[in-house]
Amino acid sequence: MEVAIVKYNAGNIYSVVHAMKRLGVTPTVTDDPEMLLRADKILFPGQGEAKSTMAYLRERHLDELIRQLKQPVLGICIGQQLMCRHSEEGDVDCLGIFDVDVLKFRPSRHEDKVPHMGWNTLSHTEGDLFKGFGTDEFVYFVHSYYVPLSSVTCATTDYIVPFSAALHQGNFYATQFHPEKSGSVGERILQNFLDL
Amino acid sequence: MALAKRIIPCLDIKDGQTVKGTNFVNLRHAGDPVELGKAYSMQGADELVYLDITASHEGRKTFTELVQRVAAEISIPFTVGGGINELADVDRLLHAGADKVSINSAALRRPELIDEIAKHFGSQVCVVAIDAKETSEGWFCYLNGGRIPTERNLFDWAREVCSRGAGEILFTSMNHDGVKNGYANEALARLSEELTIPVIASGGAGSMQHFRDTFLYGKSDAALAASVFHFGEIAIPELKAYLKAEGIQVRI
Repeated sequence: MEVAIVKYNAGNIYSVVHAMKRLGVTPTVTDDPEMLLRADKILFPGQGEAKSTMAYLRERHLDELIRQLKQPVLGICIGQQLMCRHSEEGDVDCLGIFDVDVLKFRPSRHEDKVPHMGWNTLSHTEGDLFKGFGTDEFVYFVHSYYVPLSSVTCATTDYIVPFSAALHQGNFYATQFHPEKSGSVGERILQNFLDL
Repeated sequence: MALAKRIIPCLDIKDGQTVKGTNFVNLRHAGDPVELGKAYSMQGADELVYLDITASHEGRKTFTELVQRVAAEISIPFTVGGGINELADVDRLLHAGADKVSINSAALRRPELIDEIAKHFGSQVCVVAIDAKETSEGWFCYLNGGRIPTERNLFDWAREVCSRGAGEILFTSMNHDGVKNGYANEALARLSEELTIPVIASGGAGSMQHFRDTFLYGKSDAALAASVFHFGEIAIPELKAYLKAEGIQVRI
């Protein structure tokens, strides 16, 4: 199986490479359109800021390419946010794969710190990504912006507000949390994605 | 459910090996850093901290290689610290696969480093470690692993660190470190109330109750410890079961 990781200007892409290798798959990190179109599975991970990453994708026409992909695609963290319609971070239009906007956390209590950083639980998990899941499994989050609940939500987490921990529509999947940093639970999610 | 309180084993690294000082001296060996980190991860540690206490250039290279091995083999977040003086050090360690970097003396000497890290890599990668000691005059920050006192007040410095864009504060009380009599919960609670970023408690863990107390009374978001884990005095699965029974949200 060929797994490609979208190469762009987001940070921490290599932790996904390591996670894939631990599952016995050696992915290719590339921004080459042909390689991306040909791969069996695509990962679109990373940490970063919406405006600068979106500008980078547009400059290299990767925005068009990602929208056209037909194979299973998994966006992670900023990847998920970029797959939405618009982000409040930098007030930027994104890829528009998921018809929902990305908002900034606005805490009302002092103890609700932003970024939402650490281990939190998933609930209302649905679909293939979460096959074999029990209730209240923990995954690792680091983010200051979130995707509200919508018709494409396939897992929720409650922090300040209930939000979309994962999204799914057609061949596009995305998680706000980092499965590559979520221990054995994260490995199961990545394996489920590889098994699609 | 809410965000889980984190349990963080800290591994001090010298020449590629784990060591732990008692009151910052008397180093004892405690295993291979990658194997130990993996074992902690399997037991339910929520994050790991690897602290490079080597001074030499050769040691730095060994440490960077270790960071690469940790990133390849361990599937939970980890922070690295020790000897980070400039943006290039941060870049090197993040590139090697670390999730966060912890800066200490370099931030006290040149606070702009915090702004620079936050701007270039994001606040979430920037942990500022503060070593402080309580005297009759109040709490004061120390440089170089607790060897050099400064005039900086702990709470003033913590507020500045926060406003410059740090993502977390790792506070070690030198009065409590190595004594195994509990964390500095009064100072921790004050930090947690005054700051808008997570606070990691460090220094003083000797029993499972100490962890409960720092979450309940110190209002800490995470608790870091070394020797109680390395020498098997506290096992993480038991610690987490205990904390859960005490009504504290932990990841099990």
